[in-house]
Amino acid sequence: MAVKVLRRRDLTVWEKLYIPQIASGLKVTTAHLLRNLLLHSAHRLGLLQNRRAAVTFQYPEELRPLAPRFRSRHRLTVRDDGTPRCVGCMLCETVCPAHCITIVAGEHPDPNVEKYPVRFDIDLGVCVYCGYCVEVCPEDAIRMDTGILDVAAYSRDAMKLDIHELMNPSLRKPLTACMLEFPHECRLAGGEVSTRDHQRRN
Amino acid sequence: MIDLAVKVVLALFVFFGVLNLAALHTWLERKQSAVIQDRVGANRASILGWRLMGLFHPLADSIKMFTKEDIVPAGADRILHTLAPVFSVFFALVTFAAIPFGDRVLLGGRVIELQVAKINVALLYIFAMLSLEVYGVILAGFASRNNYALLGGLRATAQMISYEIALGIAVVGVIMIYGTMDLQELVRGQGQNLAGWIPLWGIVVQPVAFVVFLTAALAETKRIPFDLPEGESEIIGYFVEYSGMKFGMFFLADFLETILVACLATTLFFGGWQVPYLTSSGFQFPWGATLPVSQPAYVLLGVVSFSIKVVIFCVLFMQLRWTLPRFRYDQLMRLGWLGLFPIAVVNVLVTASALAFLKR
Repeated sequence: MAVKVLRRRDLTVWEKLYIPQIASGLKVTTAHLLRNLLLHSAHRLGLLQNRRAAVTFQYPEELRPLAPRFRSRHRLTVRDDGTPRCVGCMLCETVCPAHCITIVAGEHPDPNVEKYPVRFDIDLGVCVYCGYCVEVCPEDAIRMDTGILDVAAYSRDAMKLDIHELMNPSLRKPLTACMLEFPHECRLAGGEVSTRDHQRRN
Repeated sequence: MIDLAVKVVLALFVFFGVLNLAALHTWLERKQSAVIQDRVGANRASILGWRLMGLFHPLADSIKMFTKEDIVPAGADRILHTLAPVFSVFFALVTFAAIPFGDRVLLGGRVIELQVAKINVALLYIFAMLSLEVYGVILAGFASRNNYALLGGLRATAQMISYEIALGIAVVGVIMIYGTMDLQELVRGQGQNLAGWIPLWGIVVQPVAFVVFLTAALAETKRIPFDLPEGESEIIGYFVEYSGMKFGMFFLADFLETILVACLATTLFFGGWQVPYLTSSGFQFPWGATLPVSQPAYVLLGVVSFSIKVVIFCVLFMQLRWTLPRFRYDQLMRLGWLGLFPIAVVNVLVTASALAFLKR
């Protein structure tokens, strides 16, 4: 086996004096210090806002810009009349590797549209954010572009989103009223999540 | 009685001034490092929504330190374990007594030197106290009943003792030139001007001593680049077995030492409370202009000048701390004994011969 000998360069006398090297190091840190102090002060006065003084994002107040293809929390897209674009084809529920989507389809009054979701639940505690549901949807009815990253809850039940939250991403639990105009199985109207999907999975 | 009251006021002034500056050091450390490294720094502690650029963090820190559990390891020497941080902080604080922070004040017919204790061998006193501070460190290592703490204590002791020698010898040159060990007199001696316009500060006559002093003093504070007694992130220091405010006291002692070293550097090499071209009767500029200044304003200017210089040194030390990497132990010892010590000795010899030559 060939052995490659790496020889470290010896320090020159100039470098061994320490002080010039310390000075050059100080030059770097002081340049950063002065530049950032200037920018911080300018920001206080409302100037030079386009140049950042620190790379830090003050997270809860200031969000990092997301990549356009970033997969965040789901939402259901809506037709002009306020009903979901979803036609209850079950493709997303079928393709979902985590089995986190539950759809109950109902008959749509418009004869051109076959079905619509009476219930559409996603269990975010199970979801793996793979985005297959978005890829597979023929109607562009589900998207992952809400930009919501801070999905957190104190219980597993609270991680389950129903059709209200999916159609209106700004809604937050606990939901108190139902604004949906079309007939659907609504927790608020007493239509609790059935155990049907659990039975099917087991 | 009044003398005593004056001393108490002076002592309290220095005590609280120094402690507050030490607390501010934690803020400075966080913020300055953050700004150097393009970060924002601690800014979340707030009172009634006021954040004041993180200035409440020292307060939050002290509350945290005081309310934390204080753990004394099983088998450790309880008394010495408690005594060690007290030693560290006590000797660090007591040293400030000899630092003059202003010229004499004439008040009600008495002359008050702005200095807690006027000691005619103030420099010796300061070095004695600095050496005693080593006891805090070695006791902490010894009393913790932890081998790593003991090793840390030994490292700290070796480092502090070897750098104290360079520190002391570097100062000898300054003593020889100004002919006094009384710091107040030493500062007065720096009031003259060289060639009419250069203030005759220590740095002008003893630049080599200043570099040696600064390096040795940095080592004395046990902070980066000479922080191997502590080595917070990698090697374990002498205060492994300390928690709560006892640990906080070691930290405080570190900051106090930094301030002390800044004070010493100011006093010995940067004219203490001297303001360039300011004499007790007013400004006398080298181009002939004069500006009369009243006595209280003169003293106040001196105190402000001293404080500004000290703060500048603190910032400089902080800047060095966030610039340089840590020395290896053998490099540290080699720098102390083979670098600084001979340079300091040669500096003393050169100064002595120069003085003898000039006197003749």
